[in-house]
Amino acid sequence: MPDPMRIRATAQPDGVDVRVLMSHEMETGQRRDGAGKLVPAHFISNVTVSHAGKVVLSAEWGPAVAKNPYLQFKFQGGKKGDEITVTWVDNKGETRTDKATIA
Amino acid sequence: MQTRREFVQSSSLVGALAAIGLLGTEQALAQAQPWNKAAFEAKNLAEVVKALGGSAPAESKDITITAPDIAENGAVVPVGVASKIPNTQTVHILVEKNPNALAAGFNIPAGTEANVATRIKMGQTSNVYAVVKAADKYYVATKEIKVTLGGCGG
Repeated sequence: MPDPMRIRATAQPDGVDVRVLMSHEMETGQRRDGAGKLVPAHFISNVTVSHAGKVVLSAEWGPAVAKNPYLQFKFQGGKKGDEITVTWVDNKGETRTDKATIA
Repeated sequence: MQTRREFVQSSSLVGALAAIGLLGTEQALAQAQPWNKAAFEAKNLAEVVKALGGSAPAESKDITITAPDIAENGAVVPVGVASKIPNTQTVHILVEKNPNALAAGFNIPAGTEANVATRIKMGQTSNVYAVVKAADKYYVATKEIKVTLGGCGG
């Protein structure tokens, strides 16, 4: 099981500010190991953030997103105490879902 | 505003399944995962936009790319894109001189600000493009980021 995400969601006057830090190798598939073999690509391909059953952001990522990816955005309609859910899926089918409460 | 059709398309499976409670939200989400392989394998701006289903994007001053002028470490380059174009539907971040140009794409539903930030890898000094789709038209903004240490060595 991959490591948990760190999620911070804060209610602000102009919307809910969401910051997510995921733990993932994000291997590009371009790099060679010590023996000169290509290291196979391993990266998060999809990220979905939902609030109250509604998707507030979805993303498709390639291997050019940096290791341990960071994501920040803002959405309307959330309030303090609500729960948001962040899910990622990588190109090997591994997935991780974490929840956070809006502060 | 999204039209009803687009809304239904983008959220039908997730929304419907979650709404009727057949599946937990996470499971529903995990099953609806489009990934535009053609776009991620494209080598330049024109190919990416074509793979996304658009044609020549128009330059726009309403798109702001927030990123350092000089990135010391190409493995971690913070990039933010904000679009003031009304009804922004998607935001894509491209790096011209990376092996594959497209780094990340974001779908912006109604109610979410067209202002996202993430961190990307850059192999070398390059132009970074932000491609925004709004009302089914494509717009682009460009910013050059100088990289002193490439991000491909790991």
